Parts: sequence; C-alpha cells; structure tokens
Amino acid sequence: MTELDAGLVGEQIAESGQISEPDGAREIGRARRRKEDRRLLTGHTRWTDNLQQPGMLHVMFVRSPMAHARITRVDVSAARDLPGVVAAFSGRDFADEQGSLPCAWPVSEDIVIPDHPPMAVSQVRYVGEAVACVIATDRYRAADALEAVEVDYEPLPAVMDMNEALAPDSPKVHEAGNKAFSVTITSGDVEAALRDAPVVIDRTYVQQRLIPSAMEPRAVLASTDGDTFTLWSSTQIPHVLRVMLAVTTGIPEHRLRVIAPDVGGGFGSKLQVTAEEVLCLLLTRRLGVPVKWTESRSEGNLTVHHGRDQIQHLTLAAEADGRIRGLRVRLLADMGAYLMLVTPGIPMLGASMFNGIYKMDAYEFGCTGVFTTKMPTDAYRGAGRPEATFAIERIMDELAAELKMDPVEVRRRNWIGHEEFPYTTVSGLTYDSGNYEAATDRALALFGYDKLRAEQADRRDRRDPVQLGIGVSTYTEMCGLAPSRMLGMANYGAGGWEHGSVRMLPTGKVEVITGTSPHGQGHVTAWSQIVADSLGVPFDDVTVLHGDTAIAHKGMDTYGSRSLVIGGVAVLQACEKVKAKARKLAAHLLECSPDDLEFDGGAFTVRGTGSAKTIQELAFAAFTAHDLPEGVEARLDSDATFDPDNYSFPHGTHLCAVEVDTETGQARIRSYVAVDDVGRVVNPLIVRGQVHGGIAQGIAQALFEEAVYDADGNLLTTTMADYLLPSAADLPDFTTDRTETPSTGNPLGVKGVGEAGTIASTPAVVNAVVDALRPYGIDDIRMPCTPERIWRALEGARS
Amino acid sequence: MPRIAITVDGIKHEEDVEPRLLLVHLLRDRLGRTGTPVGCDTTNCGACTVMLDGRSVKSCSVLAVQADGCDVVTIEGLGANGSLHPMQQAFHEEHALQCGYCTPGMVMAAIDLLRDDPDPSEETIRRGLEGNLCRCTGYCNIVRAVRRGAQEMGQAVRTP
Repeated sequence: MTELDAGLVGEQIAESGQISEPDGAREIGRARRRKEDRRLLTGHTRWTDNLQQPGMLHVMFVRSPMAHARITRVDVSAARDLPGVVAAFSGRDFADEQGSLPCAWPVSEDIVIPDHPPMAVSQVRYVGEAVACVIATDRYRAADALEAVEVDYEPLPAVMDMNEALAPDSPKVHEAGNKAFSVTITSGDVEAALRDAPVVIDRTYVQQRLIPSAMEPRAVLASTDGDTFTLWSSTQIPHVLRVMLAVTTGIPEHRLRVIAPDVGGGFGSKLQVTAEEVLCLLLTRRLGVPVKWTESRSEGNLTVHHGRDQIQHLTLAAEADGRIRGLRVRLLADMGAYLMLVTPGIPMLGASMFNGIYKMDAYEFGCTGVFTTKMPTDAYRGAGRPEATFAIERIMDELAAELKMDPVEVRRRNWIGHEEFPYTTVSGLTYDSGNYEAATDRALALFGYDKLRAEQADRRDRRDPVQLGIGVSTYTEMCGLAPSRMLGMANYGAGGWEHGSVRMLPTGKVEVITGTSPHGQGHVTAWSQIVADSLGVPFDDVTVLHGDTAIAHKGMDTYGSRSLVIGGVAVLQACEKVKAKARKLAAHLLECSPDDLEFDGGAFTVRGTGSAKTIQELAFAAFTAHDLPEGVEARLDSDATFDPDNYSFPHGTHLCAVEVDTETGQARIRSYVAVDDVGRVVNPLIVRGQVHGGIAQGIAQALFEEAVYDADGNLLTTTMADYLLPSAADLPDFTTDRTETPSTGNPLGVKGVGEAGTIASTPAVVNAVVDALRPYGIDDIRMPCTPERIWRALEGARS
Repeated sequence: MPRIAITVDGIKHEEDVEPRLLLVHLLRDRLGRTGTPVGCDTTNCGACTVMLDGRSVKSCSVLAVQADGCDVVTIEGLGANGSLHPMQQAFHEEHALQCGYCTPGMVMAAIDLLRDDPDPSEETIRRGLEGNLCRCTGYCNIVRAVRRGAQEMGQAVRTP
C-alpha cells in the first residue's frame, strides 16, 4: 500500500461507455450496479414529504419581506379564525423555549456569535427569516392562513456589501458590529518573498454567492407520544442533528430519535441545524400532534443556506523562470446575517489550500468574516476548497501569461514531484501521496492539447470571431474530514471519527450499520462490496442500514468527502474484528489452534487439510451457542470506530476547451477532459458518477449560477427560472479517466471523490474563457461568465 | 366541489376536489402515489412529470379538474408485474441516478421523447430533456441511459 505507483486505469468513457471489470472474484474495484436503484426507479421512495402520521398537521412559515427591520407587531388572530387552521404563533410565542440556532465552529477567540432565534422575535436580518407560523389540517389551508397573518416592520438599512459593511459608519447588522472574526496564518516570510521579486502578480477574484439547490426541497416531520420525540428530516446529519437539537430545545437526547429517510441530494445544504427542524419539534411538543413542514423551492432559495461568497485578494511572487516564491491571501468572507452550524469554518477549510499542489517558501492567509443582511452562508460542495483552488489556479494562469509561458509548464515547474511524497506544504498540511505528472500527462493526451493549441493559434491569426480558449486546472483537495485531533486544534465542536457495525445473522447473511448518512452517494452498494471482500460473503448477502439514530446509534454523518475514507474504513475494521472472533470459534470447532487456520473465500481451513468452517456455519454456531469456547460470546458481530491520523489528498488535472463567440459573448464548452486520482476505487461506476456531477456543478458556478440580491436585500433569484441550474442541453459530455495512487492514510487506500469535480472544474472553465479573450487584453471575467459579462468586457477592450 | 373521475396507474378513482388542487397533490396527498415528487414551484425542474393520456406533463402545472376523465401513469405504474420498464432498467445499468429525486420525472420525459424520435441522437436527447433538471449526475449517464433504453425499446418493438 505504500507503493506510490500511479497505475493508469484506462476507462476512457466517452468512447466506449464501458468500465472494465477487475479480474477474479474481488468485489472492490467492480462496477457493481447499485442496490439503491430499484426503489428509487419504481417510486417506492421514503422522501420526508411522503410520510404521513395519524392526525398530522401542516406547518407553514410567514417570512420577512424586509432584509433588515424591527418587528413592531405580529397579529395571528385572523389566521387562527380561518377554517382548517389549528394554531398560529409568532416568534414571541416561542421566545422562552426556542433557544438559539447553534454555531459549532468558533474559529477565533474573539469571534462574535450573535443570538439566532429560530423564529425572529424583535428584529429580522434577511429576507426570508421566519417571523410567524401557521398550523393547519392541509397545506392549502395553511397557505391561506399565511395571507391572514399581519406583521408590521420598522425598516432598518440593508447591509449588502462586505467592504461597506466594514466601514466605521456602516449600519450594524448586530450590536457588536459587522465583523464576525479575523484570522491570520503565516508561514515563512512573505514580505521578503515579495520584496524584489522579479514577478509579482496581484489579483482580486470574486466568488459569487451560490444556492446549493438539492433537487429534494427540505422537509421535516416531528411527532411525540408525550414522552419521546421522533424527527424525520431531509438532512445529511441525523446524528449531529440529534445532539444539537437536544442541546437547543432541552429535549433529552435519549428521548429524541432522528431519522433521515430517503434524502434527495444535499451538497452541504443539508449539513445544518435549521430553524424549521427546531420549530417543528417545539410545535409537536406544544400541540401534541405530528406536524410536517415541506418547503417550496422559492422558500428554499431564500432560506436554505447559501454557498461561497468571498472576495479574494491574492499577491503572488515568483522568479523569472516561473518558480513561486510566496503567496499572500486576503479574504473577505460573507457570513450573511448569522453564524450557522459551520458558517465561519467554511473559509477556514480553504485556509491551508491556497498553495494548491505547489511548492513555495512563504505563505500568508488572512480572513475576515463579515455580517451582511443576507441569508447565512455555509457548506456547499467543496466548502472552502473550491474557493481556494479557483484562486490559485486562476493566478497560475496569470503568472504563465505574464511570463509568456505555457500554463501547464508553469505548473510543472512548481508542483510537488511524485517522489517527494509524503510532502509537508508551506501551509503545514502533509499530503499523503500523489502523482501530478502522470495525471497531467494522461489528461493532455486525452485532450489533444497540442492540436488544440495549434487550432487556437490559427483562429487568433485569422481573427476568427469564434475564439478558442484552453483552461487547465491541476488541483488537489483535502478529503476525509477529519482527524479529531486536528478538528480539536481548529476549535471545531465535534470529532471526525466514524462508526461501523457488522453483524452476522443466524442464516449467514450480514447486516451492516454505518454512521454515515448517504443521500445519493451509493454507500449501500460500496459498503456491501467492502464487506463481501473482507468476509468472503456474496455481495447480495449484505444489507446496509443507516440514517436512523435508533438503528445507527453512533455516527458523524456525511459531508466533506468523508464517508468512504472514514466510514468505509470503520466498516472494514468491524469486519476484521468479526473475523477474529470467528477464527476463535472455528479453531474450537475444528479442534486446532487459531494460528493453524487460514481464511480464504469465506471459510477458515486448517492448513494442509480439507477441514473447514464457513463464516456462515460459524454464524449459525454462534447463534445456537451449543458449543462455544471459553470466553466467546454467543454473537458474531463487532463495532469499530475509525479516526484517521491525517486527511487524504486526491488530485487531478482537468482540461477544458471553450469556444467564445466574440460577437455575442456566448461561451460554449467544446470538450472537457478530467483525469482524477482519488486513490483506490471501490466502485468505478459510482466514482465516475460523482466526478460527472461534480464537474457539472463546478461548470455551473463558472458559467451559469449566481444568487443575486438587490440593494435593498431582496433576493432576485428565488426560482429555478431565475437561478440557472444547467440542464442537459447546457452541458457537454465529459471524458473522464483516472490514475490510481493509493492513500497511505487508511487500509483501503481510498481518498474520497464527492467534491473533486466541483473543486477542479470551475477554474478550468474560467481559465479557458479568459484564455480565449487574452488577445483582447482581457485578464479576468467575473463569475458566472455570462454572455453579457463577456460581451461587455470585449466592448470595453475594443473601446 | 367538483367531482372528477380519473384513472391512475390502472385504478379508477372518483374524487371531490377543490378547483385549485394540483394534480400532483391529488396524486401524492389524496391517492398515496408518492412516487411522483415535487421539486419546484415554477414548472422548471420536471421532477413531477407523469403521463397524462400518454403524453408527459408536469403534474405541478395541471389542475386535478383538468385531468377529469384522463388516464394517468406515474412511475409506480410503469413496470408490468413488478418488472422494470426498459427505460428504468437502462437508468439502472448506466448509473443514471444518484439521489433519485429527479428520476421519476426524468424516466417519464425520456419515454415521451422516444415517441417523437425512437432513435434519438445525443443532441436530441439533451434538448428533449431540457425541462428536467438533475443536480447529481451531470446528465452524461442519463443521456447514455436514454440511448440504451431507446435501443431496448426499439428491439422490443421489432421482436414480435
């Protein structure tokens, strides 16, 4: 496993559409079709909004139309009188019991964590903040009742711009001011690196605000029998949620069960403790009947936490031959109106990643978190790492342009060589393994780089109105969140371990329980493959349970490309413990020493004889317990909790060719090649799907999506008609391939893949757009690179 | 309240409905056909696509009263006797779903697309599915699944 040999996997999908199967009987590495699919394909789903309970009522929330205002009056009496309406409440009605929504990541000593009531009581700070709720017998009656709630507001000035918010005379979002925190990290002497540097590149990039847009809108169902409470939620984090809800509401943890049934995508947006979850729990406690809330998409665009929203100022110093001396990063990160679960931690997840895959001697990172009167930001696919990767990969292209050097060459001169791993970077992280050369060479070959460069030169010479741009992104990212020790050093409020349980059932089938909480990733299939290999049982004989705190009693859930790297390893380790128990039992039954047994193909065989016991026979023997050895309990099961020593660092090279129509400003992706190295692969089909989807979301940031607020703080992109999620017609096919450099940090050698595509693709696309426009003297286009923005840049350059 | 007669996945129903009741809410909240999900409120995402008298419609933009006398097929009524429809099978084979929330609508739209063009090109498929949004797959495998489903369904037509 320490052999850092980047083997080419050779699955050139665009051509064949097929993935080759590994030899032999091993499950790991097989393109197993997913166990999850059948239910989802036939509509036998358990989305939270599908669920019904006897006597269940429907909740809807009255939301603030003002970005910043004092609430002077709330009158719910007219709403209460409407037919079908059971109750209506204002924030004041819950002021004494609703607590404050938690922030689990105070990133600095002096951080300001404002009180965040789930339902506003006296003041609102973003459009969409809940101020009252109505509870009715069906969703139509509830919608009618919303109209009858009267709320008076005394407007306060909206605070929309981060730079203005930090000015001394700015209106304040919170009493303590508009600065949430400031953090600086330094390594080496950046001042010295900048002084007399032959090349200094200074750039400011804007990470626009994004709306995560999981396809399933959020929904919450809460019920109680008067003693215990059950909460179903479309969440990524049932376990974390249970702890946080217990702390927030005072409902004792042991009397609260949280269930994440089928969850229709998350991308970080369901890594949250929401106002609606707290309030549904409090409402069922107060009313004694089950209550359900399902958001509409427009409501979701306003009130599901947003992503990104940073202004990044970078100063890069380099030698004349392109070698980097040092990098200084200054970030402004828009927190929105409040700090939610990990809001301030998001920019900090990028703090050590702006140096990317490159060697340098000096690095400085400074970040200020700013309050504005907008929806809070928080985790969105990549969470801090896409922002960092974008900035470094964009400025590497600017360095190449300044030196009139090929952008791939300037990267080669700076990246960590494959023989240098494990490598401790200037920002202090130790990259486990990698082979940037192999991934890049493979990507260049698949892309036809030289040929496209020749075509580009030809189009430039001909002054073709359609110009060709080529964008490179050689990224790495930090996966497997996270080693608990490191989280403790970062002052995060929880650990980063994961739990797995494996139990052999009497009939020889296997029940696996995982603390991860999948919402589309395919854990059931992948974990089955791991278990099948480890225990030597058929893939179909394994079932995987998850997402219910009464079943999976221990877990840290799913985010940060952590599930396989930590949760998958925990399951593997539980299997190893099961086998150790089975070995003792087999030795007893076969009347030999445990050391005389070899395990292969699901059976323990006495070396040199034909005497054997299968793991299924041993499971039954443990169940009957008629003849157990001394000290062996009547069960063949085990638990394991895995906590890694380090993160894992997948990497890869993405190349994008974009055609830009200089007359209309339209940018169209002509070809896209991604060669990713995510370590060992359990299921290549699932990995490929993750890469595809990730690339699409990264392209969406580059070309299409932006959450737009007006100067008064109204969100203008409340619907999918205004917020442009790409459709099939907007995207090309992707050519994907892999190199395989195992992680050295875990026994599976896996690195994580959930966020890689999104992290890599945004800079590849924008680099391509800018590359097409560089002959016109243009060196940046703000994201999303819409036809209008490109056209305006060209007009500006022409005049 | 108007009374409507509607057949859903082969079962006849008579229901008294408010004129404002959406077809998708009739299916989900009244008739228990929760296989058809709702993904937006502006008819953009297509998650709620069903067949109405054989053509795909977004059931969030059809009133239940408009479906009076109609035959509705949802994702739950697509496969015969517990087996998967060739398009469902193709989505499985090509890993064309991840979270699965858009899948019922995507499968319905794909089947309808083939009525107009039984052997569609990649371009035709991408344009034909423009009204159905997926956030997980990047669409590559959906396009492949529709091609595969088209081939399987074509084969089925040609084989008597």
